[in-house]
Amino acid sequence: MRTVYVDNNATTQVAPEVFEAMKPFFRGLYGNPSSMHFKGGEVQQAIVEARKKVANSIGASPEEIVFTSCGTESDNAAILGTLESYPEKNHIISTRVEHPAVWTLCKHLEKNGYRVTMLSVDREGRLDLDELRAAISEDTAVVSIMYANNETGVTFPIEDISQIVKSRGIPFHTDAVQALGKIPLDMNKSTVDMLSFSGHKLHAPKGIGVLYIRKGTKFSPFLIGGHQEMGRRGGTENIPYIVGLGEACELAARHLEEENNRVRFLRDKLEQGLLERIPDTLVNGDREHRLPNTVSLSFEYVEGESILLMLSNLGICASSGSACTSGSLEPSHVLRAMGVPFTAAHGSIRFSLSTYNTEEDIDYILEQLPPVIERLRDISPFWRDYINASSKK
Amino acid sequence: MWDYTEKVKDHFMNPRNVGEIDDPDGIGEVGSLACGDALRLTFKLDEDKRIRDVRFKTFGCASAIASSSALTELVKGKTLEEADKITNRDIADYLGGLPEEKMHCSVMGREALAVAIANYRGEKLEKEEFEVVCNCFGISDKEIERAVRENNLHTVEQITHYTKAGGGCEGCHPEIRDIIDRVWGGKEKKPPLVKPAKEEKLTNIQRMRLIEETLEREIKPALRQDGGDLELIDIEGSKVIVALRGTCSFCPSADFTLKQYVEAKLKEFVTNDITVEVKE
Repeated sequence: MRTVYVDNNATTQVAPEVFEAMKPFFRGLYGNPSSMHFKGGEVQQAIVEARKKVANSIGASPEEIVFTSCGTESDNAAILGTLESYPEKNHIISTRVEHPAVWTLCKHLEKNGYRVTMLSVDREGRLDLDELRAAISEDTAVVSIMYANNETGVTFPIEDISQIVKSRGIPFHTDAVQALGKIPLDMNKSTVDMLSFSGHKLHAPKGIGVLYIRKGTKFSPFLIGGHQEMGRRGGTENIPYIVGLGEACELAARHLEEENNRVRFLRDKLEQGLLERIPDTLVNGDREHRLPNTVSLSFEYVEGESILLMLSNLGICASSGSACTSGSLEPSHVLRAMGVPFTAAHGSIRFSLSTYNTEEDIDYILEQLPPVIERLRDISPFWRDYINASSKK
Repeated sequence: MWDYTEKVKDHFMNPRNVGEIDDPDGIGEVGSLACGDALRLTFKLDEDKRIRDVRFKTFGCASAIASSSALTELVKGKTLEEADKITNRDIADYLGGLPEEKMHCSVMGREALAVAIANYRGEKLEKEEFEVVCNCFGISDKEIERAVRENNLHTVEQITHYTKAGGGCEGCHPEIRDIIDRVWGGKEKKPPLVKPAKEEKLTNIQRMRLIEETLEREIKPALRQDGGDLELIDIEGSKVIVALRGTCSFCPSADFTLKQYVEAKLKEFVTNDITVEVKE
């Protein structure tokens, strides 16, 4: 059976170049970079090189890069590390559409006595910057707002936001896990203090992340231990993965243009094709400000998990914001925050592409998905009611 | 991915009896678009008052569609009295089981059947006797009570898995806990355990039964309130061997609870020489 993988916001395949670059560090080059002997020296240089590659890909200096174990660790380190640096302050600002790595952490901190403001979004998933301005207070310790939404692909005007926050003297962190490799990021031209990302969203393996910390930013380490990462993150360096991430960042920078041309074209073809072929389909989120690889569609009167399982049987891997896929009973907090009606929220499907997708992949989905929706609508008690009601009008 | 059985997958991919009977003898509709699943069940009886034809339409996830399909297969050819005895367990068992988080799909099938039978009989489900407990999903106290009894449920989380109640704003959790207490812990409904007057007259069988009963009635409900549980593994004379379950299995205070609570209760209700040990 054909496999069409369009769930790249969940995770990506490891690029062959990345895998090749990592291989030597599993066997021969096994030293600990902290060691005084030559086995340590062998790998020390590899980290230096990888750190440079990662830094170059976002216009940062190597010493501003801290390697972590994943995006969630980076987010936690940024927020908790800043809170610890400003113990007299008790207020956090974030948004209602953050990834759980930030969202759940904020909820947790709220339970522990912090005041948390979760900014709302409109029907298109956009922030109101005046709401942000009004929320900032003397007591605000940190503002954390995602670069691009994992479910809808909607991007926030991070530079504008950063300037608003920084003008009030408050540290600003952005979760850029979905942004890196898809839109250009240049820390040279940015005012962002801290930026998180994760290797496995850009064709490096799972288990490696980065926290960018701008020079001069107050920061207390989250993992306390050895002197690694200039005392900002204890723990022996994960050398093969760091090397892999360096390679992946270089690749991502090289593929950025393709991502914004060919991948965007494929995404648009998929979106347009499905809207034409399947009636009562909605696009979730601001189409003007969106990652080039992501589209979230809602097929009314059917439920997302059913769609996903039928697609899976056809070899198509996508994802859903429906309640039933997560084991919770309410559909995605992102779609809820946007006010997507229940009729649509339960039937939402996200397609997220990568440079590995081809036009044949898109044609296959365009051919296979319409009959799946038709079949499920035939089973749905609401579909005929809806058709009957519309025909009476 | 959900761990669905082959039978669930089959009934999802090839659902039986999909559709709607145009002039049904009974029709039952439960759920809504807002809730994320809904089922419309219609049936027609033959001259012997057996269900001759039954059809469903379902909006929902794979297990909701499979549960509806299973329900129609189970009721076909049955009288309404026979069909009325089908529980949500029967639906889940027919499918070779459902993930716990998906048990509410089988309950939805059971509810739709009850409504359809009541519709045929011209009965209105006596709304005045219902009290909506969970406003997010519109679940009544009666529905929760039935799920608690039929499925032997003891925690709020289980109720949510089986009925959806409490899965939204969580504001009704105290009320759900009250219902669980009323069904299982209600002191007015259960006679208190009476310790036999003369301990030495307990036969081995009597002693074992009393240990089991004390565990079930006195000890487990209290542990379950904190998400814990234990299982009786063996009884060797006065030595009771148990295995820790749920939160007890990794609770740092489990030893303390075992000695100070479990053993103390058993000493109180059974005999004074009882000791409790955990199976390694």
